[in-house]
Amino acid sequence: MANQTPEHATGSRPEVALHLNAVDKFYGDPSNPVVHAVKSFSMAVAQGEIVALLGSSGCGKTSTLRMIAGFETVSRGEINLAGRRIDSLPPAKRNVAMAFEGYSLYPPLTVRDNIAFALKAAKLDQNEVKRKVDHITALLEIESILDKYPSSLSGGQQQRASLARALIRKADLYLLDEPMSQLEPQLRSVLRGRIKNYLIEHGLTSVFVTHDQTEANALADRIAVMEDGVLQQIASPAELKDRPANLFVATFIGEPPMNVFPARLSVNGGHMQVSVEGTETANGFSVDLGQIALSANSALQDGAPVHLGVRPHSVAIGKGENLGILVSNQWLGDQTHVVIETAGQTMVAVSYSRVEEELGAKIAFSIPARAVHIFAEDDGRALLHGAEAVG
Amino acid sequence: MNHTSTAERMLRGILLTLVLLFFLFPIFWIFLMSFQTNEDILRIPPSPFFTPTLENYIALISGKLSTVAGDLDIAFMRNLWNSVLLSSLSVGVALILGVPAAYAFARFKFRLGENIAFTLLSFRFAPPLLVLLPLSLYFSELGLSDTYLGLVWVYQLIALPLILWIVRGYFEDISPDIENAYRIDGHSWAKTFRKIAIPLARPGIAAASLLAFIFCWNNFVFALVLASADKQPVTVGALAFVTASGIQYGQVASAIVLSVTPTLLLALYAQRYLVEGLSLGAVKG
Repeated sequence: MANQTPEHATGSRPEVALHLNAVDKFYGDPSNPVVHAVKSFSMAVAQGEIVALLGSSGCGKTSTLRMIAGFETVSRGEINLAGRRIDSLPPAKRNVAMAFEGYSLYPPLTVRDNIAFALKAAKLDQNEVKRKVDHITALLEIESILDKYPSSLSGGQQQRASLARALIRKADLYLLDEPMSQLEPQLRSVLRGRIKNYLIEHGLTSVFVTHDQTEANALADRIAVMEDGVLQQIASPAELKDRPANLFVATFIGEPPMNVFPARLSVNGGHMQVSVEGTETANGFSVDLGQIALSANSALQDGAPVHLGVRPHSVAIGKGENLGILVSNQWLGDQTHVVIETAGQTMVAVSYSRVEEELGAKIAFSIPARAVHIFAEDDGRALLHGAEAVG
Repeated sequence: MNHTSTAERMLRGILLTLVLLFFLFPIFWIFLMSFQTNEDILRIPPSPFFTPTLENYIALISGKLSTVAGDLDIAFMRNLWNSVLLSSLSVGVALILGVPAAYAFARFKFRLGENIAFTLLSFRFAPPLLVLLPLSLYFSELGLSDTYLGLVWVYQLIALPLILWIVRGYFEDISPDIENAYRIDGHSWAKTFRKIAIPLARPGIAAASLLAFIFCWNNFVFALVLASADKQPVTVGALAFVTASGIQYGQVASAIVLSVTPTLLLALYAQRYLVEGLSLGAVKG
């Protein structure tokens, strides 16, 4: 798993702020757990870094966040923050701020008092409190609801108020639980940029949970992809896309998802080719990868069964030696999504121009060697990424 | 359309009047009785017209009951005081024990948790007589018979399950993240409970307390068996009006009026407070 330091965190303060070391979470009786929600999760977050926990619901991302916050006990492993071990401290002693997804504002207080609550408790000067509240509420566009009570707010307004309440105070770490899930799409894209700037400007270390890839890509320096309680990969958005660590990450990241075919390798004196077998009715295809240095990776053997992955954006349509049948063709206004039937299964391809062929017609396509990803057949781990193996 | 609506309104009015009559007439009649002598009350046919007298109230308050068989001492004011004391103390103890317990049942999953909660509730199903006999034996053994402590303890069978179950529901309705937000802002668990959970559940706590108070107040059989005249509440004390020379209806009626008044006032006061609490405390948003 590649560790990449965020651009803005390099140099000045590269030290580790948050460190999770082999953390497990069991629900139910520890000796006979009902659910093993988080499995040996390890992650280091640098000072000032923004990390997203991304995964489908039930993957353990929220449990992980709540363990860091202290609302769930850590069943095994340890968590360190700012040089202190925190996993057995109560939430109050961890110096962590958190924005909640749902209803979390104090009902008897106005939005303004909710946001200023921690600052007032810390006995900050009144003018300073006002300045900070004005700043953060302008940023999140909630100035107009400052004197309202939480019960009269919409879900999105409550969420922004909760976000403001978390971001306004000083803490070693900022935890954001689905921070923008209830916002309108337009507002969401505006606020994403502002929140990211705010976090970077103030050098705030933060971990946020999301199931929205766009949000993770836009906000995070690195994304931790989780599935079934296991951290699959933690890397920058670009790296996740270009060098997915396994088949799960490859198919989870990217829209439309990566095409995957069962394939077979042929290696001949360092020259590698990956072939997808055809069926009785459909042709197969193969991609020539050229000379590959194979010293280290013994799994890349001649005749080895593998999975071949290629992203829809990388499939070139209308040219090349392979033929498939066009089964669907959708122009989305700025790009075309076509579905091509080949080698007995379907493949999605994206083109930025219109595709004129009729449905049912034969259509040529090609897969550039640089766009190929090869995964092990048994456990799905990545064996080779065309972009780095092919010159 | 206008016609239908008028008919509907009239019908509704009549039905409401009937219901009100059904429920309020006995209270009204008791109220009238409390200002009549026994002779006026027992007149055939009964009549709402009579010369009002304060004799009954004077007898109750002075503690001297004059009957044809002679003067009797009655401890009605003492009984009334016992009722106030026993009910308030019982609700107080039940709140101190029940509210934290309700919070624990609402927020934490623990072994046998549901079973314990249900066992407490099941005290409400069992007829009091089921436990009274063994209890009276234990109590005389422990020296708790005829003590306020013993009675308050037994009254927990009435008050504690009510408070526990009603308040638990209120705690469950409060989003745990409201408390979590407060905790992560640097406050201890205990302070979160005091400053966030209890104030948000206040309407529920008030409702449960009121109900528990009324149930304690109306209890008859526990005090009848476990306490002597000195410690008995009004419900048991009213038995004193069944005398050798007949039932003193006038005094019974005025005793009822006097003993209903405190709970009625409390209910009226708390009702205002309850409605306010329910409309303001829109916890779920």
